[in-house]
Amino acid sequence: MTLEPILRIENLQVEYRSREMGQGTNHALKGLSLSVLPGEAFGFLGPNGAGKTTTMNVLLGFVAPTAGDAFLFGVNVREPIARQRIGYLPELTYYYKFLSAEELLRFYAKIFRLSRAVADERINSILKLVDLEHARKRPIRTYSKGMQQRVGLAQALINNPDLLILDEPTSGLDPIGRMKVREIIQRLKNEGKTVFFSSHELGEVETVCDRVAILMDGQLKAEGPVNQLVQTYQCSTLEQVFLKIIDYKLAA
Amino acid sequence: MNAIGPLKTIIDFRRDIAPIRYIGKSSAAARVLNNVSAIAGVVIKELYRRKDFYVLFVLTAVITLVMGSATFFNEAKIVRYVKELCLLLIWISSLVIAITTAARQIPFERENRTLFPLLAKPVTRGEVVLGKFWGCWLAIGLTLLVFYLFFVIVGATRDSEWSLGASFQALTLHWFMLGIVIALTVLGSLVFAAPSSNNTITFTVIVGILFLGRHLNKVALRLDEPLQTLLYSVYYLIPHVELYDVRDLVIHNWGTISWVVWLGALAYAAVYSALFLFAACQVFKRKAIN
Repeated sequence: MTLEPILRIENLQVEYRSREMGQGTNHALKGLSLSVLPGEAFGFLGPNGAGKTTTMNVLLGFVAPTAGDAFLFGVNVREPIARQRIGYLPELTYYYKFLSAEELLRFYAKIFRLSRAVADERINSILKLVDLEHARKRPIRTYSKGMQQRVGLAQALINNPDLLILDEPTSGLDPIGRMKVREIIQRLKNEGKTVFFSSHELGEVETVCDRVAILMDGQLKAEGPVNQLVQTYQCSTLEQVFLKIIDYKLAA
Repeated sequence: MNAIGPLKTIIDFRRDIAPIRYIGKSSAAARVLNNVSAIAGVVIKELYRRKDFYVLFVLTAVITLVMGSATFFNEAKIVRYVKELCLLLIWISSLVIAITTAARQIPFERENRTLFPLLAKPVTRGEVVLGKFWGCWLAIGLTLLVFYLFFVIVGATRDSEWSLGASFQALTLHWFMLGIVIALTVLGSLVFAAPSSNNTITFTVIVGILFLGRHLNKVALRLDEPLQTLLYSVYYLIPHVELYDVRDLVIHNWGTISWVVWLGALAYAAVYSALFLFAACQVFKRKAIN
């Protein structure tokens, strides 16, 4: 039996018109195709400007593709209902700072139309998971960066998503913060969640991911299980594979 | 063993997650109402946690109270004059609160990037526009209720007359007029780059209509073509917010206007607000937000 992909991208193209006269169009994605199966942890890699965030923006409905399509759970991402079973953690913390963690989670629980009892139970469990129970009533503006990132993870889990889209989840965190977030991601993966995440931390990706895709200049350069890529490119680590693919020359 | 505890406890919610399916019209409407009211709730929370709102609110309430209780030679006309000043103050304050609150809603969501996690949920941009409008309109409605309550109580103690019907009409007409203003401001916030320019333009347009709106057709009569047609078109296109200024009814205790006229005015305001909101949804839908 073949599994239906939970996330499917078909020949995706995104073009931006440059704001400056005579600059033409900027091709952010040039016919990207990939799919992610249920239960997979999928690493989405690439140097800055490769098109990772643009791909995520299309998946989340922030940007309309110029051509091609993307589907979540078989539903076109242009339909808001496609986002019913996903959780999204942005790279930086973007939450209402005047709300407390509990109020923020209650707001998102309302968006997902969870009953009061279910929302209460879930908020308690998630705050316990992300270790924010002690600060649940404090406004988010008083949180440290690590705490804010964990609030982000909490809001991404409020609907018990089947697919988690994480945009550089450990970016800017201290080693302990990174470890905590990585531990949570690992546990979610172990529970059967599908995780699609972009990161510049290749060691982290190597530890957590089943498969990776490496993107450069809006095009898919390599895709496959980490071990397979390491063998194919005759390298010892994912970092070496990555550097080889993007043709990075180390200074002598 | 991890101190956080077994993950199973938080993961076993699968039963209450709605499956992805195309939903019917009734549940789509319920979803829209749910999302709009959730977003409006956040708008109201933000408003009552802001200090500038409190300052203006308390200042207006105190001035209304002080002016209303002052006695000048025990002269009835002076009482009316004081009432007029109080109502003018309420009008200016409510206009400033409505415009400044509505103008910053969507630009601040974009600037602080709180729009991203919100739109990553099953929420449409149209629902964001409607939620912002609903939140601002409800908040300004509550503010007006408090202002008018002060005014009626103070007025009744001075005039020994409770003009409840006229005050109710003045309050509702004022509230619906501010609905037009808020919808126009939300539209402006998607068209103009900065909230400050939107504040200035919307305030100028509304004050311009309040002072000049009713005279535009008379001015048009004196002009040559094609200016005459142009000005007539403007006259018929603009929302005539000056019609909602029924302060004289309350000040001079003239009683109520016909309830049919009152209902017609509310419908007129509802139509204009809906048109501006529809335009705002269309603009926002086409806007790149990355």
